[in-house]
Amino acid sequence: MTRRRLAVLGTQVVVLILVFGGWQLFTSLKIVDPFFFGQPSGIVRTAWDWEQHGTNFGSIWLQIWTTMEEAIFGFLIGVTGGIVVGVLLGQFRFLSDVLSPYIKAVNALPRIVLGALFVIVLGLGISSKIVLAGFLVFFVVFFNAYQGVREVDGNLVNNARILGASRLDVIRNVVLPSAMTWIIASLHVAFGFAVIGAIVGEVLGAQHGLGVLITDSQNNFNTNGIFAGMIIIGLIALVAEWLIGLLERRLLAWRPQMASEAPAA
Amino acid sequence: MTAVTLVVSFLVVRANTDGDPVTQSGRIELAGVTKRFATPGGDAFTALRDVTMTVEPGEFCAVVGPSGCGKSTTLTMVAGLDRPSEGTVTVGGTPVAGIGRGISFMFQTDALLPWKTVLGNVAMGPLFRGAPKRAAHADARDWLRMVGLAGFEDHHPHQLSGGMRKRVSLAAALINEPSILLMDEPFGALDVQTKAIMSNELLTLWDQSRPSVIFVTHDLEEAIALADKVVVMTAGPGTVKDVFHIDLPRPRGSVQEIRFGQRFTELHHEIWASLRDEVTRAYARTSALANRTDAVEGARS
Repeated sequence: MTRRRLAVLGTQVVVLILVFGGWQLFTSLKIVDPFFFGQPSGIVRTAWDWEQHGTNFGSIWLQIWTTMEEAIFGFLIGVTGGIVVGVLLGQFRFLSDVLSPYIKAVNALPRIVLGALFVIVLGLGISSKIVLAGFLVFFVVFFNAYQGVREVDGNLVNNARILGASRLDVIRNVVLPSAMTWIIASLHVAFGFAVIGAIVGEVLGAQHGLGVLITDSQNNFNTNGIFAGMIIIGLIALVAEWLIGLLERRLLAWRPQMASEAPAA
Repeated sequence: MTAVTLVVSFLVVRANTDGDPVTQSGRIELAGVTKRFATPGGDAFTALRDVTMTVEPGEFCAVVGPSGCGKSTTLTMVAGLDRPSEGTVTVGGTPVAGIGRGISFMFQTDALLPWKTVLGNVAMGPLFRGAPKRAAHADARDWLRMVGLAGFEDHHPHQLSGGMRKRVSLAAALINEPSILLMDEPFGALDVQTKAIMSNELLTLWDQSRPSVIFVTHDLEEAIALADKVVVMTAGPGTVKDVFHIDLPRPRGSVQEIRFGQRFTELHHEIWASLRDEVTRAYARTSALANRTDAVEGARS
């Protein structure tokens, strides 16, 4: 480990201690009311209690797994759909001209509201959350894939065609790899949207999940419970981010140097 | 595959009784070709006007002219990437309709796929034409050896120098054994020494299979050193001004040394006299345009 990385890591730990230590200190001294702002020790106690005695809705792991399942399936569906539709519309000008006003209209809707509809149609189970998460992910990936396809260097396409490539060859060998930089960049943001979709879906109506846990804490004025749920979601997002980073390094190994793509939202 | 090729060449022989079928497919004819583009403002911009020229099978033809005279447009129409507004482009006796089979194109900028290895880039041609992977890779290895890049198969294009990338492009263009090779200022971005080395190598490789070549360049010395025939085009809209036959004997040896010969100097003088007017005219036009824009901007401010 280089000195610089060590310094970065050390400072990160100091920031963590300062934030949580200060939080603990100020709430202990009652300068800030722990009833409204929670307290790190209380959050840890709540989380530990969930782990030891379960939540009102079953084991904490069941809640975590439910939310992750919804987010991951929604993510996969949204990413696949986004890439397929993005490449299709990027390749076929007529199709994109016809569909573009509709896509813009649907995109302009506050899509979270659709969650209410999905809960009615698909029920309180995980499918309504998967659909909502997939829907949110789809648009992020779709716009990036579409833009990526549009940005493909015309020279590369022409060269491949002259060498004898069919339309499918061009898509596989030129268009997709070229758009991959754009698509991968969108995945970081997209997973965040998948988690949002899952949690919002659960808040709107579900039997299990971290969203349910957070709503339940809210109804009991349990701020520590809300924070504990938030921190668990944050940890999941960190792991996902790391996994997407691995995927990125693998798929874009050909690139001269890795420009780190920080999540935009 | 071979059986099909045999049948096809048999048919071609039957159709073309007046010539060797293989070399005949390399004949390029442009007759009265005009090309107009729509500008973003909605006007028609004429890039080429009434271009008529012929490249014989196996002939190395260089096209020189001031920038913006439609040299590259000519190539895209021969390749079938674009269609003429008027006139006809004929390749191997048939009018061009879409991308032809026996043609390879070397672009001004690299057209290598950055996500594929050097080997993958060169093997693309045979793979797209349906060759099995193993055969395509073996073929690509041979070609890389021929352009002096053995040992670089697993590198990615960005790991190579500009000259090496050009060698890869050359191998990728020649692996399909084209009867026509179109080159759009392929060595324009290289330094002088590398350019000379690449020119020598191009001549050596060209001599082995003798495809017809249209080589677009703005470098007159390069054109004379390489070509059998130099076509001078006028300032835009481009049309053929003069055609010069380069009677320097082949093989020509090093392009660095050939330019000290007396005949080379004579040809250079002769062709430059023709080209100079066009270059001056193109320059006057662009600078007049620049002055006018300056004047307009001056009046605004």
